[in-house]
Amino acid sequence: MSATEEPQKLYAAREPVFPKRVYGRFRNLKWLIMLVTLGIYYITPWIRWDRGSELPDQAVLLDLANRRFFFFWIEIWPHEFYFVAGLLIMAGLGLFLFTSALGRVWCGYSCPQTVWTDLFFTVERWIEGDRNARLRLWNAKWDFHKWRLRLTKWVVWLVIAVATGGAWVFYFADAPTLMGQLVTGQAASVAYITIAILTATTFVFGGFMREQVCIYMCPWPRIQAAMMDEDTITVAYRDWRGEPRGKGKDRENLGDCIDCYACVNVCPVGIDIRDGQQLECITCALCIDACDDIMAKVGKPRGLIDYMALTDEANERAGNPKKSVWKHIFRLRTIIYTVLWSAIGIGLTVLLFVRSDIDVTVAPVRNPQFVVLSDGSIRNTYDVRIRNMTHDESAFAITLVSDQPLQVELEGQTGNTVDVPLNSTHLQRVYIIAPASSEAAQSERTDLRLWVEDLSTQTRAYRDTTFFGREER
Amino acid sequence: MSDHKTQHPEEQKLLAGDPDTTGHVWDGIKEFNNPLPRWWLWTFYATIVWGIAYTVMYPAWPLVNGATPGILGFSTRANVAEDIQRFEDMNADIRTRLTEVELAAITPDDNPDLYNYAIQGGAATFATFCSQCHGSGAAGVMAAGYPNLLDDDWLWGGTIDDIHLTITHGIRNTDDPMARYSEMTAFDEILSDEEVASVVQYVRNLSGQDADATLAAAGESVYLDNCAACHMDDGTGDRYLGAPNLTDAIWLYGGSEDAIEHTVRYARFGVMPPWSADASNAGRLSEAEVRAVAVYVHSLGGGE
Repeated sequence: MSATEEPQKLYAAREPVFPKRVYGRFRNLKWLIMLVTLGIYYITPWIRWDRGSELPDQAVLLDLANRRFFFFWIEIWPHEFYFVAGLLIMAGLGLFLFTSALGRVWCGYSCPQTVWTDLFFTVERWIEGDRNARLRLWNAKWDFHKWRLRLTKWVVWLVIAVATGGAWVFYFADAPTLMGQLVTGQAASVAYITIAILTATTFVFGGFMREQVCIYMCPWPRIQAAMMDEDTITVAYRDWRGEPRGKGKDRENLGDCIDCYACVNVCPVGIDIRDGQQLECITCALCIDACDDIMAKVGKPRGLIDYMALTDEANERAGNPKKSVWKHIFRLRTIIYTVLWSAIGIGLTVLLFVRSDIDVTVAPVRNPQFVVLSDGSIRNTYDVRIRNMTHDESAFAITLVSDQPLQVELEGQTGNTVDVPLNSTHLQRVYIIAPASSEAAQSERTDLRLWVEDLSTQTRAYRDTTFFGREER
Repeated sequence: MSDHKTQHPEEQKLLAGDPDTTGHVWDGIKEFNNPLPRWWLWTFYATIVWGIAYTVMYPAWPLVNGATPGILGFSTRANVAEDIQRFEDMNADIRTRLTEVELAAITPDDNPDLYNYAIQGGAATFATFCSQCHGSGAAGVMAAGYPNLLDDDWLWGGTIDDIHLTITHGIRNTDDPMARYSEMTAFDEILSDEEVASVVQYVRNLSGQDADATLAAAGESVYLDNCAACHMDDGTGDRYLGAPNLTDAIWLYGGSEDAIEHTVRYARFGVMPPWSADASNAGRLSEAEVRAVAVYVHSLGGGE
């Protein structure tokens, strides 16, 4: 066999990335966002909120077992799931809005993958040193020194990972109780399994896979491309100002770029932004901070690498002034997203305030359609579900609006009232009886309206239904 | 070898050298040797190992009488038996209580948990054993002799204890000597055609249906002489005898002239099996199940 060229491999090994410490305004913004997002994530389950003795006192609680979602003063029941659906749609539209206006700003600043990877980088830098030290350590033999540093780093990562997985489960049960159970080994196995899975994903995604999650696993970067246009603000390199790049004191024939690789060294995804916008770039803007620092040192204006839109590039090359940021942001696409987002937000807010504390459904029992009683009167049966969403037990009266002489009776109750405990659903069988001589008894169907009233708050709700009588013969 | 320019670059590279082929040639077309991906091959070997291990450990090879049992002793039948036993054990306490508490005290107010259990369990038992005759909605088949259990008309009484007794021993069966029993006379041989015609009109008149006034008046003496002993002078019937109330709007076998005439001439003889295993060898339900069904039926709207 002659020496044939190896066919191109479909597998590319990961090039390790060792981002350098960077200082600057975008780095500070990222620190702030990390502090706020992690703070919200870890602290929220521990906030208490008094709802009376019968209901949980956790401010934010997804009570899956009892099918309730508590969020401060808001309680969502399963039949109100459209609130959650609406919030998810708003989250989606919000992402569209921010992506079309500011590119991958979600990826760069607030995506959990970015935030936790950033935190893991911080730990790594603190234990193993900055870029050069880490590079040396990477190439070093596995001696005691390397093992010590690596193990220390992994243990700290693991502690963060356990805390991350641990915080997650506190959203689904009373946090102090669950904490006690977790420590004493009495928590449900699903809690331990969830913590184990999230610990593993946090540890592996944040510590080892890092930018590969964004490049290969996450679908969002692929979708984002469809939302960006020439007015979207992204991180870009002013190559018309920087090129030709080069080192050295004699800068007569050179651009502003001194080819110092500061922008490459700080990049958490390991790309060179001077090659243009690339799919790996999460627009974290750390290269802007790094380059601005260098430009200040060499006495050039900042912004060789900068947030800008494609139209700016064309304008700048032609020597025209660039558009203001607001003109980039306010355009038809972003306005449509904002209008949709706000419409849903306003709709949900209005719904939240007008929704009733009681809810009623009426299901006519149609097996059989009606029952003839011994005096010839006709009885229909209805399954009435009353949801008492208040924090007090209350008596509910079931009444009827009809121009027919219909009579209401409740199975197992005397009179037309039934007690429903707080925060619960009661299924009540309701009988409606039409005297033999009445029109309702003799005609095939009669429309009627059942009213349910909470006697302690006077809240009322109604459902329209139908009464079936004897068919005309 | 054909024009290289028409071929894919990868293929050109291969053809330029001495590609590894399988040696198979069809009409001059050679087959490259593209071995299976390694991960695929190892997965395939793993499934073979797994398959062998599975047939050793679990029931697998069919034999004449059954199959090889496997060394783990796994059996779906045993699992079901285990599940059933587990539920029986879980329910043991509440079932014992169900048989001990007075029937009239099984109400939403006095014993909410028992009541709820009886309603749910009774509904399931009813669907299994009772719905064949009384219908899945317990509405029976009126005019065909299967009573509607939802209305307020009861042949043998509608209190919870009456219902319990009826379910326990059944009606007019030969399996349980305690069964509720009564028998209507067939008047075909006893009454003349005129007497039958007149008593039918009298009975229709009793329940307020359209009737021939002359015949109905003539039927009164026939009724008082032959029927009133069980159905009472005013026609309201007698629950101790299971004699139906003839004055109301409910007709188990139909209230038309033809249906009533058929009843008068040939009588009716509706039966129901005994359900309690304690009371009769023919019974299939435990006392707890009988009681649960009684509570369920009593709650359907007609209970007294």
